[in-house]
Amino acid sequence: MNFKAYFSIIAVAVLSLLFITSCDKEEFNVNDKGNLVIEFDNIVGDKDLQLDTGTYVNAAGETFSVSLFQYYISNIKLKTEDGREYVVPQDQSYFMIQEHKAHTHSITIPNVPAGNYTEMSFIIGVDSLRNTMDPSQRTGVLDVANYTGEEKMYWSWNSGYIFVKIEGSSPQAPQGPDGQRKFRYHIGGFGGYSSPTINNIKTRELSFGSQVAKVRKDKTPEVHLKVDVLKLFNGSSNISIASNPTVHFAPFSVNIANNYVHMFKVDHIHN
Amino acid sequence: MACIGRLLSAFNHLLMHTLSFLRAALMLSVMTALLACQPESIQPSRTIEFKVPANFPPPVYDLSRNPVTPEGFELGRRLFYDGLLSRDGSISCGFCHQQSSAFTQHGHDISHGIDDKLTLRNALPIQNLAWEKEFFRDGGVFHLDLFAVEPIQNPNEMDENLPNVLEKLRRHAEYPRLFTAAFGSPDITTDRFLKALSQFQLMCISADSKYDKYVRNEGATLTDTEKAGLALFRQKCASCHSGELFTDHSYRNNGLPVGNPEDTGRHRITLNDADQYKFRVPSLRNVEITRPYMHDGRFRTLEDVLHFYATGVVDSPTLDTLLKNNSGGQPGISLTLVEQQQIIAFLKTLTDRDFLNRKELSEFR
Repeated sequence: MNFKAYFSIIAVAVLSLLFITSCDKEEFNVNDKGNLVIEFDNIVGDKDLQLDTGTYVNAAGETFSVSLFQYYISNIKLKTEDGREYVVPQDQSYFMIQEHKAHTHSITIPNVPAGNYTEMSFIIGVDSLRNTMDPSQRTGVLDVANYTGEEKMYWSWNSGYIFVKIEGSSPQAPQGPDGQRKFRYHIGGFGGYSSPTINNIKTRELSFGSQVAKVRKDKTPEVHLKVDVLKLFNGSSNISIASNPTVHFAPFSVNIANNYVHMFKVDHIHN
Repeated sequence: MACIGRLLSAFNHLLMHTLSFLRAALMLSVMTALLACQPESIQPSRTIEFKVPANFPPPVYDLSRNPVTPEGFELGRRLFYDGLLSRDGSISCGFCHQQSSAFTQHGHDISHGIDDKLTLRNALPIQNLAWEKEFFRDGGVFHLDLFAVEPIQNPNEMDENLPNVLEKLRRHAEYPRLFTAAFGSPDITTDRFLKALSQFQLMCISADSKYDKYVRNEGATLTDTEKAGLALFRQKCASCHSGELFTDHSYRNNGLPVGNPEDTGRHRITLNDADQYKFRVPSLRNVEITRPYMHDGRFRTLEDVLHFYATGVVDSPTLDTLLKNNSGGQPGISLTLVEQQQIIAFLKTLTDRDFLNRKELSEFR
């Protein structure tokens, strides 16, 4: 091998290194705006959540199935690797994820400044201030007339949103007057208006680990979250369906909320 | 000649006046006929205006966010009296809130709703709601605009879903037009629906009782018994039933023996054991005609109520401290029979006949 050959190998190596580096430090204009998609994939342990048909076992050893699972996600914040924070404008930062409606499983955040995002946070539920506003400030998924029947997420007698709602059945649940063995967890409580009471507003902070969500003018990354229902039952207190088949606005709900904050985990990111 | 000329000119003048009078009379009659042809429903009362009575504090409700207009009020009145708000069309707001009883359900201990079902509690009056910061006997709702959602959706009251109500209104022959008149376009949204209902309720102001005319020096006088009752009331009742609204808006356990143990009152909202069996101190305006009394309507007369405070108050961990020390060594308020009667005489001066009969608030015009 002569000098020319060495030179060309070195030249190619340097050039490719330069190329790779430039790829890695892909230039973007921080004034550009793009979209970011967050997907909520509801699972139970290592299984996918299958409404009605799937059966699962919690840490209390109880077999259960889920007929309804839905929750509010709000007040989303994103953070780049260099510490820039993007707070999604509050009026556009309320989402309702419903397992039985596939189109609600992914949400799109528009107008995100271009950047490499490595962290996010959100509230599971609805912040206390919005819980106290008049109906003109409650639009979209917050409209108190938006949901009916089992989908209802607003307590009209004790004004406040239900943050997380899960219903299902279990052979371990006591038999109700209709002969069914149901469990119903409607978890809310924003802390009270004029007198303090339970506050189940939970903020979840998630690091993307070694992964990066690259928001560009023409590139929309997708952050895939896994939401593990089993974590709602199993956690600092293991929830027993037999002992607590119905939990609505009650002190015990705090245990379920303390558990469900851990349901959310970043699985992977598509760029 | 000059004399004839003056006479002619005077005649001419008279003729002109008569003609213009006739013309005016004709125009007036045409206008009246035109007005009479207008459907009653779209002719809002021009007298509708939210005014703070001279002896009242500033309202709690933010009227700048929902200014009361004649058209908004009229829409609210129609909605208030429309059974369409209930599942089967049978129950309107006015069913449990009758004007002649200061918008309570006359004679019912607990309210009577759809399918002959019974509610948890005795209906409170719809009056002076602009001065309330919280609603229901437990204060579970803290904005007037959100208050109506509960009775509409409660399975024992109107058992309807709000989205259905809005859909029925959108398909209705008249409501889109009434919403346009009130809000500028026919869009029927949750917010507009609730704001219209609030406009009607905001105008249910009771501030013209004999007592009001007495304290405002508008010519009314109280009898000696009523004056004695007022003095006793200020001394023995006004620590809770305070101010011109006759309530301090607090939640208190007044020592009633527990009726329905499930109904723990304010505790249902705060989950705080210190709030067990506490209920909102109600206003006493129009109390004479809002019988029966207490959150479960257990007392039929004011005599029963005063007798209870004098002799029936039961001690418990959450009994209000103001009721713990009766001079007789027993909880309650020490009141002789004569004093009780004097207080009742005073309470009757809080009856506002104008409010109970005000045409613009009534279902039928």
